[in-house]
Amino acid sequence: MRKLILALALLALSTAAQAGETLRMAVTTSFHNSGLAEVLLPRIKADLDLDVQLLVVGTGQALRLGRAGDVDAILVHSRAAEEAFVTEGYGTHRREIMYNDFVLVGPSDDPARISGSADAVAALRAIASNATTFVSRGDDSGTHKKELRLWQGAGLAPEDFERWYRSVGAGMGAALNAAAGMDAYILADRASWLNFGNKAGLALLFAGDPELFNQYAYLPVNPDRHPHVQAAQAGRLEAWLVSPVAQALIDGYQIGGETLFVFNATP
Amino acid sequence: MSALLPLTVTGAEARRRGKTLVGPVDLTMDGPGTTVVIGPNGSGKTTLLSLLHGTARLSRGTITWNCPLEQARAAQAFVFQRPVMLRRNVRDNIAYPLQLRGTRRPEARAQADQWAERIGLGDMLDRSAGALSGGEQQKLALARALILKPELLFLDEPCAALDGRSMREIETILANAKAEGTKLVLATHDMGQARRMADDVLFLLHGRVHEARPAPEFFAGPDTAEARAFLKGDIVE
Amino acid sequence: MLDVWNGLAAAFWLVVRLDPDLIEITLRSLQVTLTALVIASLIALPLAALLAVRRFRWRRAVIAVLNALMGLPPVVVGLVVYILLSRSGPFGVFGLLFTPTAMIIAQVIIIVPLIASIAHQSLRELWTDYHDLLISLNVTQRQKMQTLLWDARRALLTAALAGFGRAIGEVGAIMIVGGNIDHVTRVLTTAIALETGRGDFALALGLGFVLIALAVTVNLVIHGLGRTEREGRW
Repeated sequence: MRKLILALALLALSTAAQAGETLRMAVTTSFHNSGLAEVLLPRIKADLDLDVQLLVVGTGQALRLGRAGDVDAILVHSRAAEEAFVTEGYGTHRREIMYNDFVLVGPSDDPARISGSADAVAALRAIASNATTFVSRGDDSGTHKKELRLWQGAGLAPEDFERWYRSVGAGMGAALNAAAGMDAYILADRASWLNFGNKAGLALLFAGDPELFNQYAYLPVNPDRHPHVQAAQAGRLEAWLVSPVAQALIDGYQIGGETLFVFNATP
Repeated sequence: MSALLPLTVTGAEARRRGKTLVGPVDLTMDGPGTTVVIGPNGSGKTTLLSLLHGTARLSRGTITWNCPLEQARAAQAFVFQRPVMLRRNVRDNIAYPLQLRGTRRPEARAQADQWAERIGLGDMLDRSAGALSGGEQQKLALARALILKPELLFLDEPCAALDGRSMREIETILANAKAEGTKLVLATHDMGQARRMADDVLFLLHGRVHEARPAPEFFAGPDTAEARAFLKGDIVE
Repeated sequence: MLDVWNGLAAAFWLVVRLDPDLIEITLRSLQVTLTALVIASLIALPLAALLAVRRFRWRRAVIAVLNALMGLPPVVVGLVVYILLSRSGPFGVFGLLFTPTAMIIAQVIIIVPLIASIAHQSLRELWTDYHDLLISLNVTQRQKMQTLLWDARRALLTAALAGFGRAIGEVGAIMIVGGNIDHVTRVLTTAIALETGRGDFALALGLGFVLIALAVTVNLVIHGLGRTEREGRW
C-alpha cells in the first residue's frame, strides 16, 4: 500500500518544466479553427524563440481576459469592442493585421433562395421572410456581433423573431454542428467553414459582399494597468506579425485551394 | 503490588434518558482473585462493568482508584461478550494495543506471536481475524487484553455463545492470568462458571448490588431470598 | 453509427502510431488528475475519519453539505477558481491561471466532497464495529483515525477511484481554468471538446475511446496492486 501511494505521488509530482519565453494570447475560435495558427506558431517559435500560448475563446471572453490581465495580448475581430478596449486603457493600441470574410451557410437546396441575393442584407431578409431555421452563435463573439449588425442593417431585430431563430450560445464549431443537425442557415467565418468536418447537408450559399469582411486586429494588453504582462514579448510578436515573413505565410495559407486570409497590416 | 486497587465506589449511578440503569451503587473492591458479577438479565451487569472501566458515563457518584484515573485506565482491559475483531490478521490484532502504547512493530509482533502460541492460535498468525470461529475470536480478544499485562481485567459474559471446549480453554487462560496476579471481574449468567471461577460474588438486582460476599459463603447460602431463588434457577423479577 | 466506427479506427491509429501529441496530452491528463487525486485524498480521508469519530455540533450539517457538494457542477467550480486565480482576483499575484496547477486546484475542489462522502460511509460503519474496543483501549483521537483509515483501506481505495473517475473525465472546470492551451494545459477531455467543436467527430471519438481505456487501465492497475498487497498482509 505504501509503495502504491509513493508510486502515485512520484508520478503526480513529475511536473514537466516549461522553458523559454512564453506569451499568452487570447484568440477567437474562428481564427483558431482556420488552422492558420498551426502555420504561424512554429515559425514564431523559430524566429523569435517565443512560445505563444493560445487561449481559444469568443471575442467577448478574449476582451475580458485582456481586461483582467490574464493574457498578454489579444487577436480578435470586432472593431467597436476593440476600440472601446483601447479607449478604456486596457490595451495600448489596436493594430490591424489581416482580414478574412464571413459566409452564409445553409441547407444545400436553399429553401430561402439566398444564393442569388444582391447583398448580405438582402440574403438575411430572404431568410427572415421565409422563416427558415437560422442558428445564431448568441455568445457575444465577433461573429455574433457581426450577425447582429447585419440584422440591424436589414431593419430587423432578432428579439422579434419567432422560433425559427435559434440562439445556441456556443462557439463556431458547436454552432455549425447545431446548424448541420437542424438543416439551418448560419453566418460563419470562411475559415471555420472550410475546416469544419461535419458539413452534413450544408453548403456555402452566399459570400463576397464587402460588408462581410472580417478584420482581425492585434491588441497588446496595457502594462500600465497590469505590470506583470509580457509587454516586451508582445511588442516583438507584433513586429513579427506585420513583417513580410508573416505576410507571406498569411497570404499563402490555403484550404482546398482557397485563400482564407488577406494580409493588410501597414508596416 | 497493586497500585490500582482498592477501588472505592460511592453512590455511582448510570442514567440514560431519565431511566436509571445502574445504581446507586456503593462498593469496595480489592485484589487479588476473581470477582464474579451475577444477576438476572437486565440487572445491569454490563453497565456496571462499563461504569467501573470508565467507558459508560457516570451520571452521579464517584469511582475512585488508588491512583490517578489516567494511570488506572491504562492498567485495565476489557473483554466483550461479542469480541471486536480488527480487520487485520491474528498477529496484528494481538499486537495492536502494544503498538498503541508505542512499542515498535517488530517487538510488538514478536510478543503477539508468543501470546498466540500460549492461547493456541500459534498456527493461525496470518489468518484474517474475521475468519476465525467464535471461540478462537474470544481467545484472540483475551490475548489482546492480556498482552498489556493489565492489573485488572473486566470480562462481560466472555463465554456466552461458546461451546464447552472453548469455554474450558478460556477458563484455563483466565486461571493462568489470575495466578500471575491479574484481578478479574467477570460478569456471567452461567452458574457453573460462576462457581468454578469466583472468589467473591456480586449479586445484582434492578441495577443495585443486592448481595456481596465471598464465594464459598454465597454459594453455601445467600442472605437474601432473591439470591436464593436465583441460585435455584427461579425467575427473579 | 458510421461515426462510431470511424472513431474506433481513429483511436486505433492514434494508439498504434504512438502519436506524440496523444501521448503528451494523455500523460498530462494523468499527471493533473493523479496529483489532484493525491492532494484530494490527503484532505478528504482524514476529514472523513474525523467526521466518523468526532462528535461536534455541526457534524451533521458538515456531512449534509459534503453530500450535497458531491453534485457540485464543475463549471461553477471552474468559474469560481477562475475568478479567484485571475490576475484581477485575490490570488492573481501567483500567476496560476491557465497552468496545470489551476486545473489541479479545480479538480481537488470537485473531488474532495466525493471522496470524503464515500470514505465517510465506510469509516462510519467500521467505527460502529470498533467503537467499544477502541474506547476501552483509551486511544487518542489521532490513533482512532489512523486505525480506521488503515483498516478501511480497501474501501478507501474505492472512494479514491471514484474521485479519479470523476476527475479524469471532467471538462467544464479545467477548460475554464486551464484554457486548453496546446502543449501546456491541453488534456484528453479538453482536446475532445475542441475536436467536437471543429466537427471532427472521428478524432473526438477516438480520443474519447483512449480516455475510456485509460480510466479502465488505471482502475485495473490500482485494483491489481491492492490485491497483491492484500494477499501478502491480510
